Amino acid sequence: MIKFLSKGLMRDRTRSFFPLLVIAITVALVVFGSGFIRGLFNSMLLDNAIILTGHEKIVTRAYNEENQLMPNDLCLLDSDELIKKLEIEYPEFFWTPRIIFAGLLDVPDKNSETKTQGPVIAMGIDFFSEDSRQVEIWELEKNIIEGSLPAFKDDAIISSKLADQLDVSIGEKVTFIGSTMDNAFTTYNFDVVGTFNLRKGQTDKQMMLVDISGARNALDMNNAASAIFGFYHDLYYDDKESVNLRTSFNATYSDSSDIFSPIMLALRDGNQMGTMVDLVNAISAIMGGIFLVVVMVVLWNMGLMNGLRRYGEVGLRLAIGEPKGHVYRSLITEALIIGFVGTIIGTGIGIALTYYVQENGIDYTKGIEALSNSSMIMPNIFYAQVTPDLFYIGFFPGVLATVLGTMLAGVAVYKREMAQLFKDLET
Amino acid sequence: MKIGLSLLLFSLLFGQNEQMTVEEIISAMDKNLNAKSRIMKSKMIVKGRRATRTIESRSWVVGIDQAFTEYLSPPREAGTKMLKLDDKLWTYSPQTDRVIQISGHMLRQSVMGSDMSYNDMMEDKPLQDLYKATLEGSININGRKHWIMYLEAKVKGLSYPMRRAWIDTEYLLPMKEELYAKSGKLLKTATMEGVKKTQGRWFPSRFIYKDELKRNSKGTEWVIEEISFDMNISESRFSKAMLRK
Repeated sequence: MIKFLSKGLMRDRTRSFFPLLVIAITVALVVFGSGFIRGLFNSMLLDNAIILTGHEKIVTRAYNEENQLMPNDLCLLDSDELIKKLEIEYPEFFWTPRIIFAGLLDVPDKNSETKTQGPVIAMGIDFFSEDSRQVEIWELEKNIIEGSLPAFKDDAIISSKLADQLDVSIGEKVTFIGSTMDNAFTTYNFDVVGTFNLRKGQTDKQMMLVDISGARNALDMNNAASAIFGFYHDLYYDDKESVNLRTSFNATYSDSSDIFSPIMLALRDGNQMGTMVDLVNAISAIMGGIFLVVVMVVLWNMGLMNGLRRYGEVGLRLAIGEPKGHVYRSLITEALIIGFVGTIIGTGIGIALTYYVQENGIDYTKGIEALSNSSMIMPNIFYAQVTPDLFYIGFFPGVLATVLGTMLAGVAVYKREMAQLFKDLET
Repeated sequence: MKIGLSLLLFSLLFGQNEQMTVEEIISAMDKNLNAKSRIMKSKMIVKGRRATRTIESRSWVVGIDQAFTEYLSPPREAGTKMLKLDDKLWTYSPQTDRVIQISGHMLRQSVMGSDMSYNDMMEDKPLQDLYKATLEGSININGRKHWIMYLEAKVKGLSYPMRRAWIDTEYLLPMKEELYAKSGKLLKTATMEGVKKTQGRWFPSRFIYKDELKRNSKGTEWVIEEISFDMNISESRFSKAMLRK
């Protein structure tokens, strides 16, 4: 039966080609639309995660209380040992130390006197460890404007905006002026080896990135870190899982009576990030839902139209003695076959498109640069995200709506009167 | 009028010292605390939230405009030097081999993590040039009589536009001070201990500063280990070239 109907569909292209095309395109749109919305919102969360919060972040309780002041005197000690422990206990994340510090960046002239000076927000990240993914997640290879990535502990890369402001060139030595973890005054020389543009609006306006070993030397923070950041291996934030992990870690390891005991914070625990996560989830669900409903209505309508278009054919089949039930079932089976094949093709196209945008992104740099003038971290390049549900989400409109539409239109088969059939055929 | 009434009141209460005018008291305090020159070795005990650090230094000071400090320990700080000339401050760190002028908001930063700022170190002009004083009363502290004096800035731009001092009537030293912002918010407290007669003047051997804005601050002790007044100090000591030597 299925083989017979399939052959019919292939031989009569007017019955199969157009519906297949509509289903495939619609399903592809649903899949890509869902992937793009998720990717877009995940990009926004990921940008904040990379710079500020991680998917999970561990700090001391006291540091958490005063985190706006970047109080490195309240940092995590023995951070390397803690990271090893985390890697064993929570292998679904990769863990990395971070030192966040601020001060002045002093650029000397040829006489070693101050040429220019300006405020800097610096981050010590793990550039050199064998399994470090920091260069990848910061997308530094792509974002380097001039020069190269740090190769030695005292190498630094600074944002192109800061480089312009301080009139610094590649190869120059700059002096960081700030405080050690003991709050003692410190000066430390870094070699500028590159400039970068994170393409996240004004976020990197005063930013300098150095290796964690250089930051530790500069701030006298041996084996210490301001925070330990944890990221999902696929960089896709799962709020529920993160919150559960945070709760379980804190119940086991965090002592509320000890201000220096570690405390884990999920991404949603950061400043206003909880609201953002909830908003992202809500908007994502609403947009996805509306899109899905609209598409289902379109395909349902297509099923109905197909049924009506074949009014004469159904009449003829009934006239030559085919039972109504058989006609009805064959229409539904055809719809099922077309819906199934169309959905597979559409899902394939949609996932391929989503994957392409996931890897390459869509660059909105000019628009975002013009829009963002605050500290809000906004991605300039929007990426889609291939998630497991994209593999089945297209079946709802593709198969279900088409079949339901056909089923509804097919009810008319049972209303056809045998006496009226030849009269109907005459018209 | 107010000062006159206060003085009249105090003259009835105290002996010869009590008959001093407010100006005389401030002048006497300035004479005790300031000298033509001084060379001293001191240590600063900084009580942090995690650990206590001791920083040793040697300083050469001439009048109120010239000061040179070399840090002796701990190893990370050893060799760091600071030079103050008038209202300018330079620092040299052997780690960077750079002489850097400290200016702007950095002057409000703490010195070596202590409760003292660079401004605290630099604003050492005679009090009578900077403040208008009013006597508020007297009090007995540990069996010693103290005047309570309220000082209000008469020049602009001071770190502490208002201060209140508890002045020992014998030593003529502000044994305790509260330093306020223009808004009246308490910023710091400073106390003196271990007053000794040194080269004809009363001088404390221990100062305790506490930054009241730092939550959980345990204060910083500044212990004077050796001090000599009115010594001859070569002018070359206060050159920028000395920072690198």
